[in-house]
Amino acid sequence: MKVGLFIPCYVNQLYPQVGIATLELLEKLGVDVEYPLGQTCCGQPLGNSGYEADSKGTCQLFVENFKKYDYIVGPSGSCVYHVKKHFDILEQTEDVKRVRENTFELCQFIYQILGKTKLGASFPHKVGIHKSCHGLRGLRLGSCSERMDPHFSTEENLLKEVKGLELKTLNRADECCGFGGTFSVFEEAISVKMGKDRIQDHIDSDVEVITGADHSCLMHLEGLINRNKKPLKVMHIAEILNSSI
Amino acid sequence: MAHAEAATKFNKNEAKVNWHDKALWFVRQKRDRQAHKIQGWEHLRDYASALKANVLSNLDTYLIQFEENAKKNGINVHWAANAEEHNKIVHGILQKHNAKKIVKSKSMLTEECHLNPYLEANDIEVIDTDLGERIVQLAKESPSHIVLPAIHKTKEEVDELFQEHLGTQPSGGNPEYLTREARKHLRNKFLKADAAITGVNFAVADTGGFVVCTNEGNADMGAHLANVHIACMGMEKLIPQEKHLGVFLRLLARSATGQPITTYSSYFNKPEEGKEMHIVIVDNGRTEQLSREDFRRSLHCIRCGACMNTCPIYRRSGGHSYDATIPGPIGSILSPGKDLTKHSSLPFASTLCGSCSDVCPVKINIHEQLYKWRQIIVKDVPQPFVKKTVMKAAGSVLAKPKTYDFVGKTARFMLKNTPKSIINSKVNTWGHARDLPEVKGDNFEEWYKKRQKNE
Ligand code: SF4
Repeated sequence: MKVGLFIPCYVNQLYPQVGIATLELLEKLGVDVEYPLGQTCCGQPLGNSGYEADSKGTCQLFVENFKKYDYIVGPSGSCVYHVKKHFDILEQTEDVKRVRENTFELCQFIYQILGKTKLGASFPHKVGIHKSCHGLRGLRLGSCSERMDPHFSTEENLLKEVKGLELKTLNRADECCGFGGTFSVFEEAISVKMGKDRIQDHIDSDVEVITGADHSCLMHLEGLINRNKKPLKVMHIAEILNSSI
Repeated sequence: MAHAEAATKFNKNEAKVNWHDKALWFVRQKRDRQAHKIQGWEHLRDYASALKANVLSNLDTYLIQFEENAKKNGINVHWAANAEEHNKIVHGILQKHNAKKIVKSKSMLTEECHLNPYLEANDIEVIDTDLGERIVQLAKESPSHIVLPAIHKTKEEVDELFQEHLGTQPSGGNPEYLTREARKHLRNKFLKADAAITGVNFAVADTGGFVVCTNEGNADMGAHLANVHIACMGMEKLIPQEKHLGVFLRLLARSATGQPITTYSSYFNKPEEGKEMHIVIVDNGRTEQLSREDFRRSLHCIRCGACMNTCPIYRRSGGHSYDATIPGPIGSILSPGKDLTKHSSLPFASTLCGSCSDVCPVKINIHEQLYKWRQIIVKDVPQPFVKKTVMKAAGSVLAKPKTYDFVGKTARFMLKNTPKSIINSKVNTWGHARDLPEVKGDNFEEWYKKRQKNE
């Protein structure tokens, strides 16, 4: 099984440590993984802004970069969701179909495809999960509070096995953080307010570290935490799952 | 005014935003508890959605069946292609009976058609009898929510409003006192009404009857006391058979307010002896929406309001920020179909979190339709030059790895070397309230290449 590592553009540029943790974690788990050079983006920022038609070249490049792999794995639910859901704008060749089918969010890949939960990590802190919407309601990484399905969470299944980690329960289990791509700029007031409210929920729930499977949400929350000097840290779930003492 | 602007205004008063958010979240939680009590809730949603899909694809047949059966029961049926026709028909019926005083229970359709101002301009008094609607009517505002029309008003604000209009005593916002006074005031209006107007929640094709749901019994009070009952309905309100009410009534009450059953679910099948009953069936853009394949499902809507209660943006921006008859997520996919330019900011007033689609009892894929509207809007509505240029440029940069590499490095260089005071200044909207990520060392690709070399 050959895996292509998909590192979203903003992770590549702004959060290399998340990419590194993802790669190291996959290697630790014995996955034959490689990072195809020349990646750019999945086209999501364009699509969500209404410029899907201008993103065709970007999407096509993604397919070209990854078509030779059995699986494509990335540490960002919303980008993975975009590939799966919105690459319908491309002509559905065999390559496009296969890439869409075989692209997975990191946690989902570990849990569903590798069938593993015990990863040997240790992280003795109080952790709250931010369940990013595109991962939750798009990729269905877990059950969401709106639907009456039995409780389930991929991230929880993995984090529960981390030594020393104390998982905290939030008052609002899966409310949006208000990032939303360009929404964060065009609807700044609401975006900021939503982020502040999420952060307060974590503080009220005695959380030390907010984690999640989508660093774009975490970037937004981190920006607010740092600005307002709140006693919290954010870490991508790959960093926690890759950590040991 | 664009949504973002109105939302910014609403957010000037953070305490009020918190209060508004909590009030609606409370309703959402009540809904969750009630929905959890039903085994097969998700199944019920599937069923309701399928029933509505069936209705929409056979709408012509069901409408005619409904009309035939209603007529057999002695109900007068009218057809209105648009709001203007609807208002004229209603006015015509009232004129025939020389009706000057009207009581009206909640009907989003009559809001959509702006019936009240039309009738008032023709010297007819219209009193909204739903308490929330009466409050916004007195305040000369529009409903900010389809189920809880006055949810944006605190009890203290209602207190002042009632003092001014109903002559009540200051009570510090005592809900019991205020409700009692409203009741007295409305009772008087009910007794004197010449005609009653109601909405329709469900029109049943195989019986020709219709169902109106209220928690205050105001539809019944109006319809039973007055000699003329006019029920106004959008043409998508049909369900095939009476037995299907068992699906929809269970979903509606729980989704709307978290009640196991709405207090009054009143079945109207025929006029009382000596009285008249009319139904006005209205299109007003619905056929057009039906013809848009991507947006057809928006007509499943049973107006429960759950998508508003769950929407993190609606809860923090208030219903009026949408400047549309139907606010919130469902309004944001319906309104662009009516006036694309006026409502072009609404599909962007969302993070596409998808909570609305998962809460919706009839499974409308609201967030997917928001995404689709965005694609149409940037094509058909002139966009700010900068936004358009940036997006187009981004599209071409991201398709070319070499250019991308250059742009990425430049951006990182800027982030690393520009003083914070500039990065976080006014020109940078991100930086108003949020810090930018701190950039250190190599990007991932550079790191990876180095690692490959050293191996
Ligand atoms: S779209 Fe769905 S959730 Fe929203 S009001 Fe209509 S039926 Fe209710």
